[in-house]
Amino acid sequence: MELNINYIINSLGSLLPEVAVTLALVLIVIVDLIMGKNKSLLPYISIAGILVAGYFVIDQFGMNGFALAVDGGKGMIVVDSFGAFFKTIIVFTSIVVVLFSLSSKEIIENSDRHGEYYTLIFGMILGMFFMVSATDFILLYLAIELLSLSSYVLAGFAKNTMRNAEASLKYIIYGGVSSGIMLFGISIIFGITGSTNLYEINSLMQAPQFQGLVGLLAGILIFVGIGFKISAAPFHFWTPDVYEGAPITITAYLSIASKAAGFALLIRFIKITFIDSINLQGYWTLVNVIDWQSFLILISILTMTLGNFAALWQNNLKRMLAYSSIAHAGYLLLGLAVLSNQGIIAILIYFAVYAFMNLGAFFIVMLIANKIGSEDMDDYDGLGFTSPLIGVSLTIFLVSLTGLPPTAGFIGKLYIFFALVDANMIVVALIALANSVVSLYYYIRVVKHMYLTRPNSQTVAVVPNIANTVLLMVLLLPIVILGLYFSPLVELAKTSVALFGF
Amino acid sequence: MEHFPVLSLITFLPLLGMLIIMFIPKTQELLIKYLTLAITGIQLVVSLFILAAFNYAKGGVFDANSFQFIEKFRWIDVSGFSWIGQIKIDYFLGIDGISAPLVFLTALITFIATLASWNIPKSIKGYFAMFLLLDTGMVGVFVALDFFLFYIFWEIMLLPMYFLIGIWGGPRKEYAAIKFFIYTLLGSVLILLAIIGLYFSTQETLANGSKVFTFNMLEMMNFASYTETGILSPLNPANLRLYAFLALFIGFAIKIPMFPFHTWLPDAHVEAPTAISVILAGVLLKMGTYGILRVCYPMFPEITVQLAWYIGLFGMINIIYGALCAMAQKDFKKLIAYSSISHMGYVMLGMASLNTLGISGAVFQMFNHGTITAMLFIIVGVIYDRAHTRGVDDFGGLANQMPIYTGFTTLAFFAAIGLPGLSGFISESFVFLGGFGSENIRVITIISTLGILLGAGYMLWTMQRIYLGKLNEKWSKLPDLTAREYLMLLPLSVVIIFLGVYPSAMLNLMNSSVNSMVKFLADAQVIFKSVGGL
Repeated sequence: MELNINYIINSLGSLLPEVAVTLALVLIVIVDLIMGKNKSLLPYISIAGILVAGYFVIDQFGMNGFALAVDGGKGMIVVDSFGAFFKTIIVFTSIVVVLFSLSSKEIIENSDRHGEYYTLIFGMILGMFFMVSATDFILLYLAIELLSLSSYVLAGFAKNTMRNAEASLKYIIYGGVSSGIMLFGISIIFGITGSTNLYEINSLMQAPQFQGLVGLLAGILIFVGIGFKISAAPFHFWTPDVYEGAPITITAYLSIASKAAGFALLIRFIKITFIDSINLQGYWTLVNVIDWQSFLILISILTMTLGNFAALWQNNLKRMLAYSSIAHAGYLLLGLAVLSNQGIIAILIYFAVYAFMNLGAFFIVMLIANKIGSEDMDDYDGLGFTSPLIGVSLTIFLVSLTGLPPTAGFIGKLYIFFALVDANMIVVALIALANSVVSLYYYIRVVKHMYLTRPNSQTVAVVPNIANTVLLMVLLLPIVILGLYFSPLVELAKTSVALFGF
Repeated sequence: MEHFPVLSLITFLPLLGMLIIMFIPKTQELLIKYLTLAITGIQLVVSLFILAAFNYAKGGVFDANSFQFIEKFRWIDVSGFSWIGQIKIDYFLGIDGISAPLVFLTALITFIATLASWNIPKSIKGYFAMFLLLDTGMVGVFVALDFFLFYIFWEIMLLPMYFLIGIWGGPRKEYAAIKFFIYTLLGSVLILLAIIGLYFSTQETLANGSKVFTFNMLEMMNFASYTETGILSPLNPANLRLYAFLALFIGFAIKIPMFPFHTWLPDAHVEAPTAISVILAGVLLKMGTYGILRVCYPMFPEITVQLAWYIGLFGMINIIYGALCAMAQKDFKKLIAYSSISHMGYVMLGMASLNTLGISGAVFQMFNHGTITAMLFIIVGVIYDRAHTRGVDDFGGLANQMPIYTGFTTLAFFAAIGLPGLSGFISESFVFLGGFGSENIRVITIISTLGILLGAGYMLWTMQRIYLGKLNEKWSKLPDLTAREYLMLLPLSVVIIFLGVYPSAMLNLMNSSVNSMVKFLADAQVIFKSVGGL
């Protein structure tokens, strides 16, 4: 294999979003150096950089091809609509998080380190972009590490508080261990197949002489690494502490973008590596190495039940939303567990909706924390009466997270249940439905504090400024509109479901 | 006239009102009240117009052509490759003889509940906004013929109801509100699961001849629409139809509320403000029985016939258990709440008879329960507003102090007991006649007649303790009815007496539909076998 510079240059056309992100990252570092103490330009450069990347991402819808491929072979990166869908979610989340940062008190207080903050966000974006499109274990592992290292630092960004430092340290320790385990799995796979490319491993696995037991071990070890990223039980222990301790902008970012990238990776890993055939109804037959279906059902039921029941006792809203995001990972895993294209459509729809409602919920928690300096539920007493806009919006976001119509959250859940019932997994659907009844209790508890308790002398009025109100509407209106008219979202998900080659 | 979307008007008028209220400053309390009154008033007038224009000859139930005031157009349309991602949902409204009385009942009760809300103490704006949203959900459930739409209306009621009990309720409002919310959500997720199962089992044929899965409720009632491999198909060897029936039945039974799912109701009633109790008893409980008649019966006729005995049995338990609980209550409102559970038992008993008399009685009883129980809750509200206590033993001799009030109370009590000449008598006797006529549930019916005795027992005993005897000196200053209270009780009394002496007005309205339903259920066994049902 002769490598030359042309090999990379020929692929650049397919890597424009990644190139844009890298250039923006470099630009931020340079501007930060030149401008010295004045950091006010950085967020705007960041937004511009993300928008340019977003433009190239949208261009990738409908593309199908490899990048970084050696003449006619399988490449390390694929460009397809599936990847573009997840990149769009990442781009959207990144823009919103940068906009959050503009008014987040925690971030503003540390303005001397804004250079690092925005640089590291771009580090995360780059890592996530590679995660959703990598088809090679080496690249995949590097992408995860790039994402992880950037987010370890960001989790401890506001380093002046105790819980912040704790969050960062816990994140590093858990992350380090699970990525080590994952690397071990990868090395086993490489040992028995001699390849790091998912497509090549797949064709080797279909050979009769493949060692099933070793494949099983390696597959589960690799799942540990990915399970950590998507905070699936029992690899979720870091989530509540990190989500509670990290600055709220980063918590929101981790709970959506990082999770989306993890899911994209998991779907691609399972589908490409283990696929045998797909039938006309869109159901997959996997090679007989791991019983992924039973394994994923088990993990997802464990994840959602644990997340929902632990959330019942939480008084800190960030911590409650952390457990709720664990529960949502459980619902999402069910979409994968049916092993069909219908399930993947459900995951795509769910993620699009989840991005809006979770960002919205975190945004309001941030606005309130900016004002009263607390995320404790008891401090929300009577807030609905003094701050109607905030109260109504948070209620809608929480109702949507519960999955009640006519909000978009219902549509997300509905498609998951469509997939489950169609696959005849009725009992699993029943467990998931019972779980969403449990989740009602803790979501509605926040509403109870806001509305069922009268305001007292300490209750303040939280009135967002014009810019924040607009941002709030951008997150809120789609929840209501998509709940009643969801055709466009389903159309988009339907066209994005095909992975390259399948 | 046929093309005017009158059902959309009556459904979404309250929603429009809610949106307008959101833009009225909250200091304009009187404006908000009058606006709500106007909107519910218009709704009542429109519902009367619907009754006037209603064609009594058309049956409805399972036949799309004989539904009336139909509105149908495509709402969600995603074409699919193979079938992946494909989904088609209609905006499909229509009424027949079973839903028409309930649409009228909803409009009537909502109008009266608006009057009952006049003295709500705090957050007027929020209260009436939620009230109108609830109204849209209630009417929507009764007119929707697309299951997806039905479910959205069904769920849209939960949040307003939570707030209405939770913000404006009594001392234990938080507990009552969350209990109501969780119970009903548990019921609705079971319904949702059955809906999805039905969706993947039935197909409608499009104009171009292709077949797509459908949420159309009328297609789900037609065995020919089921696909061979659908999980709820009669042809599917792993027959899950019984489980789907049970999921739907339990979902609806929680709303009725049927024993043993009834425990949320007394709590909700005791804590809710008067107007919300009126709505809850008057309209919301009917959704459970309406759902069973509209969904369980025609979609699973072969199972309905098999399980009718059990439906009757639970009806009997509701009648006797509710009455015994009512007898033991010391709180006037809780007493009425249990009597309401007892009276909903008659509806289930009538439905279980599967004959024309019994089902007519059941639908009629749904309407009468709505008017009578609403009146009883207003009566409780009147005394609570004045005395700030509801203890049955705290009163005595009110008949001398508040004669007009006592007059209305006597009427309502006797209607609840089932005195001839009042509407409750007709529906209850129809239920018993129907039940006795069905060999299947004859014994159950005979036992259930105990309910009349018990009902008379607790009602008359309550009458005696509160209104007769010696006046408690504490209450010697209580004023009689105000004009507003008069206005609430009078229309209900008129309806109760009118339907007591001329029940045909209501029975004719539902007659064709009930006959279609009975015939459909009787034929179902044969049809089920003929399509090869297992």
